[in-house]
Amino acid sequence: MNDAQTAGDAAPLELRIDAKRFLSSEGTAVEVVRNLELRLDAGSFGALIGPSGCGKTTILKIAAGLDADFQGRLRTPGAGRLGIVFQEPRLLPWRTVEDNIRLALPADQTNVDLADLFGTLGLGSHLARYPGELSLGLARRAAIARAFAIRPDFLLLDEPFVSLDEAVAIRLRSELVALTTATRVTTLLVTHDLAEAVQLADRLFFLSDRPAQILFEKTLPPPRGARSKDLVAEISEEMRVQVAQAVARSGQS
Amino acid sequence: MLPRIFSLAALIAVWAVVAALVQSRLLPDPLTVGRATLAEIRSGELPFQMACTLGRVIGSFAIAMLLGTIAGYAMGRSKATDRFADSWLIVLINMPALVVIIFAYIWIGLNETAAILAVAINKLPNVVVVVREGARALDPEIDEMAKAFQFTAFKRLRHVVIPQLAPYLAASSRSGLSIVWKIVLVVELIGRPNGVGFVLGSAFSLFDMARILSYAICFILLMLVIESFLVQPLERRANRWRRRPA
Repeated sequence: MNDAQTAGDAAPLELRIDAKRFLSSEGTAVEVVRNLELRLDAGSFGALIGPSGCGKTTILKIAAGLDADFQGRLRTPGAGRLGIVFQEPRLLPWRTVEDNIRLALPADQTNVDLADLFGTLGLGSHLARYPGELSLGLARRAAIARAFAIRPDFLLLDEPFVSLDEAVAIRLRSELVALTTATRVTTLLVTHDLAEAVQLADRLFFLSDRPAQILFEKTLPPPRGARSKDLVAEISEEMRVQVAQAVARSGQS
Repeated sequence: MLPRIFSLAALIAVWAVVAALVQSRLLPDPLTVGRATLAEIRSGELPFQMACTLGRVIGSFAIAMLLGTIAGYAMGRSKATDRFADSWLIVLINMPALVVIIFAYIWIGLNETAAILAVAINKLPNVVVVVREGARALDPEIDEMAKAFQFTAFKRLRHVVIPQLAPYLAASSRSGLSIVWKIVLVVELIGRPNGVGFVLGSAFSLFDMARILSYAICFILLMLVIESFLVQPLERRANRWRRRPA
């Protein structure tokens, strides 16, 4: 039904979803995604932006290979080793922070030196603690560390900073910019926050309401992490115009 | 610990007073029972019979826990398996222990295999029911995380599944030990030439109340020791991560 495979090094992420349906509770099929096509160059950072409930997380799960029940095609970059940060930290509560991170590593690498990563994310003094003892901000850091520890070819982030207070979110975003810049990992971020996407990404993909399609795409000039408020306002205005046009188009047809 | 010692002492005191009041061979006082127990221990009779019983308890408990956990997990994870096996489970739960024991002895013979299997089958459905609840409650989000990070089957079992099942396994092993040892005594009474159940049967025919009481008390003590020095520490270890303040 779909054709999922991994490509060689420096290959882009290519995702085409012709259709993705869910069964509603009444037993009828609801189309969540239709004719969505997305291409992300190797080493670049893309952001999917869309209203809540438009199917962002569904698309991310398909890109992660966690949901193979769709019509379309997926090619993941590199050897296809995936790092993922979910909306919730999803740590094992019965394991310490360090165990949680090392458990994600392949069996022959469980002892690799992660001191730099822990340092960048400010986890050094929390490694022996259990997830239940951590603030949400720290648990998110541990989840980010887990995704980077495995040296992914491909990184997926599902609203990783939602419901954090803004000061913590700003710090974590700059840590994320540092890590993704250093590792050049191909990254796809899902968010509803335009300002966040503009700060982090090289390329923006704006999604429509259900069934989700890409309304328009936009490439941002480097460097990441240091973009002005004016740029955010400008893109926000462009998004408003494009959404209005899309609504008008769908009204005509 | 202190309140527990006090309450046990009170129980023995009540027993001594009642025994002194009725003055009957059918209710020996604590001292007589104590002397009988000492004599049984010195002769080596009591340790031997308890070891026979304990061996059967461990054997059937292990079989019931192992098979029950596998079946319970399968039923908790797969709706089709659950629908299919649920009626078998209902039959097993409601089958009187005695019927299982008699069938086992008749079909397999009056031997150790029949005895241990009969007890294991009696305990099995209880383990299945509890572990099935545990398997149904497994966190799908953590499952998805394990899949995304390509955890091997062994890693998933050890670090994802068993820690979540641990409270259910602990609950069913605690209730399990006490059920199993009671049924083992019945099995021994009916069809074994040794073990605490066999001794109680012969003491019953001789109206030897002191002997019955000393075996019963010794076995209760043994189970208390297993509970406090084996089951509880294991449970504490499994729940270490829970007791931390959030």
